[in-house]
Amino acid sequence: MTKDGRQGAARTASRKVRQPSGRRSIAKAPTGIVGLDEITRGGLPRRRATLVCGGPGAGKTLLGTQFLAHGAMVLDEPGVFVSFEEPPLELIENSRSLGIDLRDLVNRGKIFIDYVRVERSEIVESGGYDLDGLFIRLAHAISSIGAKRVVLDTIEMLFSGLTDAFILRAELHRLFQWLKTKGVTTIVTGERGTDGLTRHGLEEYLTDCVIVLDQRVTTQEATRRVRILKYRGSAHSNNEIPFLIDDNGLSVLPISSLGLHYGAPTGSVSTGIDDLDELFGTGGYFRGSSVLVSGQAGTGKSSLAAHFAHAAAQRAERCLYLAFEESAQQIVRNMRSIGIDLESDVRKGLLQIHAQRPTHLGLEAHLVAVHRLINEWHPTVVVLDPVSNLTNIASPLDVKSMLSRLLDFLKGLEITALATSLTGGGGTSYQSDIGVSSLMDAWMVLQNVEANGERNRALQIIKARETSHSNQIREFVLTDEGLKLVPIHRRLDGRVLVGTSREVQQDTDAAMQPAAPGARS
Amino acid sequence: MTSPLRRRSPPRRRTWRLRLYVAGQTPRSITALDNLKRLCDADIGNRYEIEVIDLLKHPHRARQDQIVAVPTLVRKLPRPMRKIIGDLSSRERVLVGLGLPPTRSR
Repeated sequence: MTKDGRQGAARTASRKVRQPSGRRSIAKAPTGIVGLDEITRGGLPRRRATLVCGGPGAGKTLLGTQFLAHGAMVLDEPGVFVSFEEPPLELIENSRSLGIDLRDLVNRGKIFIDYVRVERSEIVESGGYDLDGLFIRLAHAISSIGAKRVVLDTIEMLFSGLTDAFILRAELHRLFQWLKTKGVTTIVTGERGTDGLTRHGLEEYLTDCVIVLDQRVTTQEATRRVRILKYRGSAHSNNEIPFLIDDNGLSVLPISSLGLHYGAPTGSVSTGIDDLDELFGTGGYFRGSSVLVSGQAGTGKSSLAAHFAHAAAQRAERCLYLAFEESAQQIVRNMRSIGIDLESDVRKGLLQIHAQRPTHLGLEAHLVAVHRLINEWHPTVVVLDPVSNLTNIASPLDVKSMLSRLLDFLKGLEITALATSLTGGGGTSYQSDIGVSSLMDAWMVLQNVEANGERNRALQIIKARETSHSNQIREFVLTDEGLKLVPIHRRLDGRVLVGTSREVQQDTDAAMQPAAPGARS
Repeated sequence: MTSPLRRRSPPRRRTWRLRLYVAGQTPRSITALDNLKRLCDADIGNRYEIEVIDLLKHPHRARQDQIVAVPTLVRKLPRPMRKIIGDLSSRERVLVGLGLPPTRSR
């Protein structure tokens, strides 16, 4: 899957980053890293050098490797990797775990690896020198494979091998100037310094584009973030954007919201409950919209979600059910008790239940995992149950930001999303705990109505954009044939009756009008 | 480090194999070669060979022999290999680099 996933991702990336025509913009070299090409609006500045800095383990080498591999494999732009730290074998080994076969690329003359080892203990300095040796190596490497891309990782190692910082600075300056004349697009990595961006102030020479990689630990979860600090001559996103390193390499999390270019929703998808479809006035949720179902514990949120998922399967559409609380088996069993056979949907390959406790992965990892699943499996319907559980691992603000990006992504693919959210006991039921309702196109609140010593369930559509939805609070029951809305029974004074009082009223009505099929209001 | 070497072969009989990497006939590379010859004549006698490699003519040698700075003087023999970079204008540093005793000066 790695290969397909990667290529698919590359395709999406290149599609999304197309520049508006007629607008003058500097030439760019796509990195092929999902998301990074989006936030840089197309890639790194072509024929210039980009500084990528970050602490140890921040992903600098990986970014460089992917940049070269993408050039070599996809764009027919061979690349030179000058490694000052890792010997070639280690590089090859490390990138293999990410699905990049560097050795093959080297054998095919697509990538040239030069390992520059400068060991202070082996070198004595006597008098003036320059770095022409390095220049010659680089020039030779570039010309031997016709390289268009170069990575220097981490050139600051020279400072630990050679003592004359004055010469080094002058020579690095000369090197970066010289690289421009070679017409190559370069990544220079630098170790994060305490005073400046890099230990030896590389940012003073590399001013075209600066990318900062950062790893931070918040609430025991390590989060990686990338930021485009500077990009001369180009618009770019200034924000810190989470990214992830996994077995597909580096992926910067989608920020589709950069361009809100969704198609208009067409048609609707059934909620899975006929009466509810009617309540919306449109035959269900709008296709490609996002729906929030919030409510306290045991109000039937998951049941509503299961109906939605099951209905998709019945239309022979695929549904991805992301369970953040219960296991797949638990969900299947619970739903069987109300007559929804999710198991057969799973067997038919129309439903995938992905149960994952949020604590297992960081928030961003979740987002990436979801992305990957969606890109691989192409569901038309996605259930997130419950999103409120994500707040266990991140602040509500982070969850909101993650969800907004996820919902944007789904919207872009015209996938209808239903998210459930648990409302805390204390708050009003009109308040979703993580404040995500504003992100949603439609919002339903499920409530427990307690009166006369019993508890009944009720449902209300709080909002549904562009629909003439009902404003009534409707009682519903969970039967062994699923969730059923109960016909409304009003007393003459306008009060809506629920539970026993409704039944009593029903009986009374029946007694008073023995043959009254039209008793329903 | 020097004692076992001396025991194996007396220093007087050793042949020194030196290699000087330069990038073209620059003033600096000429200075380096001059400095090197003078020092060898004075301190090693006639038991040395100097091979000059112009990286502009043999660019692949830079990678092969791990050359970054030029000029670079490499002591191939006696072992272990040592590297001295620069125009070799500091005589003391070169002697240290080559592993020759500073007392031999002049």
